[in-house]
Amino acid sequence: MIRIANGQGFWGDSLEAPVEQVRRGPIDYLTLDYLAEITMSIVQKQKARDPKQGYARDFVEMIARVLPDLVERRVKVIANAGGVNPQGCRDAVAEVVKRLGFQGKVKIGIVAGDDLMPNLDSLLARGVELKNMETGEPLSSVRPFVQSANVYLGAWPVVEALRQGADIVICGRVTDTGLALAPMIHEFGWGKEDWNKLAAGTIAGHTVECGAQCTGGNCQVGWRDMPNYADIGYPIIEAEPDGSFVITKHAGTGGRVSIPSVKEQLLYELGDPREYITPDCVADFTSIQLADAGPDRVRFSGIQGRPATPFYKVSVSYSNGFKAAGTLVYSWPDAFAKAQLADRILRERLDRIGLQFDAVVSEFVGAGACHGLKLAGTPPADLPEVLLRIGVRSQNKNAVDRFTKELAPLALNGPPVVTGFGSGRPQVQEIVAYWPALMPKPEVTPEVTVTEA
Amino acid sequence: MARRKLVEIAHARSGDKGDTANVGLIALDAKHYPVLVGEVTAERVKQHFSEICRGKVERFELPNLGALNFLLHESLDGGGTISLKADPQGKTYSAALLRMEIDVPDDL
Repeated sequence: MIRIANGQGFWGDSLEAPVEQVRRGPIDYLTLDYLAEITMSIVQKQKARDPKQGYARDFVEMIARVLPDLVERRVKVIANAGGVNPQGCRDAVAEVVKRLGFQGKVKIGIVAGDDLMPNLDSLLARGVELKNMETGEPLSSVRPFVQSANVYLGAWPVVEALRQGADIVICGRVTDTGLALAPMIHEFGWGKEDWNKLAAGTIAGHTVECGAQCTGGNCQVGWRDMPNYADIGYPIIEAEPDGSFVITKHAGTGGRVSIPSVKEQLLYELGDPREYITPDCVADFTSIQLADAGPDRVRFSGIQGRPATPFYKVSVSYSNGFKAAGTLVYSWPDAFAKAQLADRILRERLDRIGLQFDAVVSEFVGAGACHGLKLAGTPPADLPEVLLRIGVRSQNKNAVDRFTKELAPLALNGPPVVTGFGSGRPQVQEIVAYWPALMPKPEVTPEVTVTEA
Repeated sequence: MARRKLVEIAHARSGDKGDTANVGLIALDAKHYPVLVGEVTAERVKQHFSEICRGKVERFELPNLGALNFLLHESLDGGGTISLKADPQGKTYSAALLRMEIDVPDDL
């Protein structure tokens, strides 16, 4: 049995979680997921400004905190912290290793080859169209606006890095599930066509990829008596060579691993449950058998998988206009009516100035913003306050910028009684849209390098 | 038959993929799963989310988990980064589905 811990559900998750995972009990591997779709365009911009950047800097700081523990406890780390610059991330980690006196004792692996930007035009030129999976349009229609383009690599290049002795594996765009599956393949010697086992490891990875969202975080069952949210434990996979596994967490931590807590996470961001497609296999969520295996322990078994598809998924980000959203808080009495009036006034003023937008969305937080009035029902007349949230979207940056200046005046020249201007004008944000596509696997060559720090 | 809100017999979690939201609906007690299968159809969910979902609704069954998974297409004002909504990833749609009322046999 090996223990694979997840210490990061997204870039921005708890800075303490990975440290706690290493220190508060036995683990063999620590996996960290830093890359959401939006992250790729952010790191691409960082790299454009400074060629040494373009990766998750939080990761380097985390390594600096726990390196002595990792070495002492022989814990290996696998993270897609490399962003669009795994080499830069590797160099920064190597600096830390030297600074802390562990030179020669730590091998660092890099998994790259996912970044299509350097070869994007030659790919398109030789007929790899990267058609949008939803609309069927070829990528050439938005090529000038493309900011990043990455293939989702799977577990196998990570396995190769482990095979070459890497203690820390820094990946570019490797799937979240691949990070957890790789150590199982490596330790248990699973084969490329062990579809049921690969599917089991993939489902284990899916279960832990959002950190504490499977250990009681954001869980609707039993939240009132959830033990110690403040010290919530992050998930650990106890993986067996036959593909069965237990999801648990360190003893003494908060939260709760239960059948309801893991079921909620299994359904998170799920499409067709029989067709959970990764680069490594197609996993069937309808084959999962769950069993209570003691306090904070749920056993998974029976998982079935099918052969991987001949394609990699590609995520392209491209610039697609601008947006801004601002808020105003209206207080009792008649808070909702005043917020609605302010919304109408603001829209009229935008019209009078002659501004046009692709979309204007108004919502009333406290009066049905999440579910809409049809489901939430008509709010009572004596609401203590309502937050008006109004957003606009346009290809024209100047129009969005002008909108951001029209909210504050309502404090003095609109309905009473209003507050909430403290943070100033809303920021104009560039919209980065996503373009999901497929490309044949032979078009991509994962690159694995392992070197001593 | 008793009219009951889903929140009394089920829990849920929702997430996003592009402009599509997914809502997973899970029976709190396995005995209620067949009721969910019979009552919480794709058509009813589409009707329930009529203010939110502009596209079609697909339903998938996971009897092993006592769960149904719904895909609500065109429900997020364009999706994660484009959306102007307060909930651009449909994180609260799980709770929105639990507002639905269904008929549950008295012996359950």
